[in-house]
Amino acid sequence: MGAAFFYVIMGLVATFAVIVASLTHDPNFAIHAWIVVLAALVAIVAGLNTFDPEGKPKPAKGKYLDGVIQAGVIATMFWGLAGFLVGVVIALQLTFPALNLDTAYTNFGRLRPLHTSAVVFAFGGNALIATSFYVVQRTTGARLALGNTAWFVFWGYQLFIVLAATGYLLGITQSKEYAEPEWYVDLWLTIVWVAYLAVFLGTLFRRKEPHIYVANWFYLSFIVTIAMLHVVNNLSMPVSLLGAKSYSLFSGVQDALTQWWYGHNAVGFFLTAGFLGMMYYFVPKQADRPIYSYRLSIIHFWALIFLYIWAGPHHLHYTALPDWAQTLGMVFSIMLWMPSWGGMINGLMTLSGAWDKLRTDPVLRMMVMAIAFYGMSTFEGPMMSIKSVNSLSHYTDWTIGHVHSGALGWVGMISFGAVYFLAPKLWDRQGLYSARLVNWHFWLATIGIVLYAASMWVSGIMQGLMWRAYDNLGFLQYSFAETVAAMHPFYLIRAAGGGLYLLGALIMAYNIARTIMGHQRREIPMGFAAPAVQGA
Amino acid sequence: MKFSHAIIEKNATLLLVLSFIAVSIGGIVEIAPLFYLQNTIEKTQGMRPYTPLELAGRGIYIREGCYTCHSQMIRPFRDEVERYGHYSLAAESMYDHPFQWGSKRTGPDLARVGGKYSDEWHVEHLKAPRSVVPESVMPGYPFLAETPLRTDDIADHLRANLKVGVPYTEAMVENALADLKAQANPDDSGAEALQARYPKAVIRDFDGDPGQVTEMDAVVAYLQMLGTLVDFNAYNDEANRR
Amino acid sequence: MDYHQFRHLADSWGLVYLMVVFVAAVAFLFRPGAKAFYDRAARIPLDEE
Repeated sequence: MGAAFFYVIMGLVATFAVIVASLTHDPNFAIHAWIVVLAALVAIVAGLNTFDPEGKPKPAKGKYLDGVIQAGVIATMFWGLAGFLVGVVIALQLTFPALNLDTAYTNFGRLRPLHTSAVVFAFGGNALIATSFYVVQRTTGARLALGNTAWFVFWGYQLFIVLAATGYLLGITQSKEYAEPEWYVDLWLTIVWVAYLAVFLGTLFRRKEPHIYVANWFYLSFIVTIAMLHVVNNLSMPVSLLGAKSYSLFSGVQDALTQWWYGHNAVGFFLTAGFLGMMYYFVPKQADRPIYSYRLSIIHFWALIFLYIWAGPHHLHYTALPDWAQTLGMVFSIMLWMPSWGGMINGLMTLSGAWDKLRTDPVLRMMVMAIAFYGMSTFEGPMMSIKSVNSLSHYTDWTIGHVHSGALGWVGMISFGAVYFLAPKLWDRQGLYSARLVNWHFWLATIGIVLYAASMWVSGIMQGLMWRAYDNLGFLQYSFAETVAAMHPFYLIRAAGGGLYLLGALIMAYNIARTIMGHQRREIPMGFAAPAVQGA
Repeated sequence: MKFSHAIIEKNATLLLVLSFIAVSIGGIVEIAPLFYLQNTIEKTQGMRPYTPLELAGRGIYIREGCYTCHSQMIRPFRDEVERYGHYSLAAESMYDHPFQWGSKRTGPDLARVGGKYSDEWHVEHLKAPRSVVPESVMPGYPFLAETPLRTDDIADHLRANLKVGVPYTEAMVENALADLKAQANPDDSGAEALQARYPKAVIRDFDGDPGQVTEMDAVVAYLQMLGTLVDFNAYNDEANRR
Repeated sequence: MDYHQFRHLADSWGLVYLMVVFVAAVAFLFRPGAKAFYDRAARIPLDEE
């Protein structure tokens, strides 16, 4: 693709967005149009700096396209910090409601989607895109396909994040959880996602290694399934092509099941299958041992993707969804326990015979903790999908605790592990700036998760029991307001746990930044005692 | 040729197609029947599309992310039915694009909050929640009372709903703006026409500010109609069991 | 076919079918002689660079 073509496209995009901004009566939509104008202009300026004026493509440096992965690692760190920070802020808003500031742009209702999207799509998504590009090149021996399309995927995805995030603050939302961005942002993500699939699949086609390594299967199924879920769940009718608002194509009970088919499989394929791809590559690499059982990983794959997609209705137990659908969702959710634990065992047993590495390698320790949390939350999930358990846990903080043991423990820790692995490799450094800082991060994150999950178990079960408590005269014992008041101390503990987790991530950002700069901290290697202080 | 998993393992397109088939089955089996099984939506009396003012209020409810803390789905348990009212029916959200069942009760369920509190209580509560419920952790929304409701495109909103299947009539779409203004002003001459088009529509100056139609008017109008439409005296529990 | 017939089919032959597919898949993967092939596949990440 020639440089001239690039400038023409960007110029057209900018012009089109200016026209949209001037025609629309929707001020929020105009802001988004101006953001697109800005993005196109930035792309043109950046393009002027990188493109050869004669239009000759620069010779590809190195065997692999790694620049986009470097950018992905930095984006992962940046959005991770942003997402965790907003999480701590909204946790504090629930503890001290004055922090909502009572303005339109700072209330919990708008910040909560900002938090969930920032951690799931911005932090998790960037981690997945970056690691999938790394893994697919390393396990196929082929350079990323389609030239600079990978860069389009990266920057296109960042634009999606910026449009989604600013949209939430402005009040642009479809109100479908984890699918809040409006129709035009959804269309944009669809384009980016198709390009992502093309790059990934194209690289598989070019591979030098005949066998497709299992990590790529997980990545591929994650990309394909997310495409399917995204398109179907976001079908909607815009009020105007010059306005942000749209109305979902489906309504009521059908809309609810479509949404939770999407919502649960955002967990199943974005936060599980994708990150399992990460596990199947980075754990063997970091441990320097092949996966415990390759054949188990194949069973894990097919069983997981087939069963997961059915589990959505467990989000709608005892609602107006017909009973048969609820039962089906429950049965498949319970069956899902099996492949999940198969995968956990496969990951953990990879260290069989090499457990001593945990003593000296805090990065490996982080990955192992991630797998342990994967096992824990995939046990808790099926349990909570049992209708009688769900009757207590649904609508309470127990669900929030469950999600976070999976998100902070599994998704967060495995991503941190992958980034710690990637940074020295991508910038060609001897090693990380400091292994001891990784250890600090490990413990801060672990203690943070424990505080978070434990406080949410207590407050969730407590609230569930208080809602259904009767006094001895047969009246409901507690008003709703009393149950809210009872949760205050647990909200405080939760915020503290989140704060520790954020602090750990800040230490990580510092560690990664110094690693990229090529610094190495003078420190006693992990697993060795500090030298005894000489007596005077 | 002898079957071998290696064929799948070595062929990216086949892997793609087979995994797509594996992930399609569950969704098709669970979701598709909801669109054609007759008993998915109960037979009820009283459901009607939202009035233009209620629809605008619902838009603000969505915009402010109320669904992140409030459910609109009462489960069939003794404590929930006593606390909130009759358990929710699928029919009650059949015009909801998208649904607002919610997933979390940081605050109470709102499926039947309509008519439980006065307009004044709602306005005060939305402006400063802790002035009426000291234990509340809800954000305040004082700006709703000061922001005029955007009404120029209200007919387009009805039309978009019509396109996705909500039974608005042409008369409803044409008179959307007039109906919206009539509902927030008890002295308006269009009250009768509004009530003919939307039975049980409540006509009041919801925010206590007769000068203008604010976002507060719209939100309170929406909250005050929630759960009030279905006539439960005429509802047959047994006939609708699924 | 109404819901109850469908349900009955799923509870009987559907269940048997899925069980058979699962057992066959596991048996196939763990067939004798396949070990070397999968052991080599498992080393793909470790053998690069």
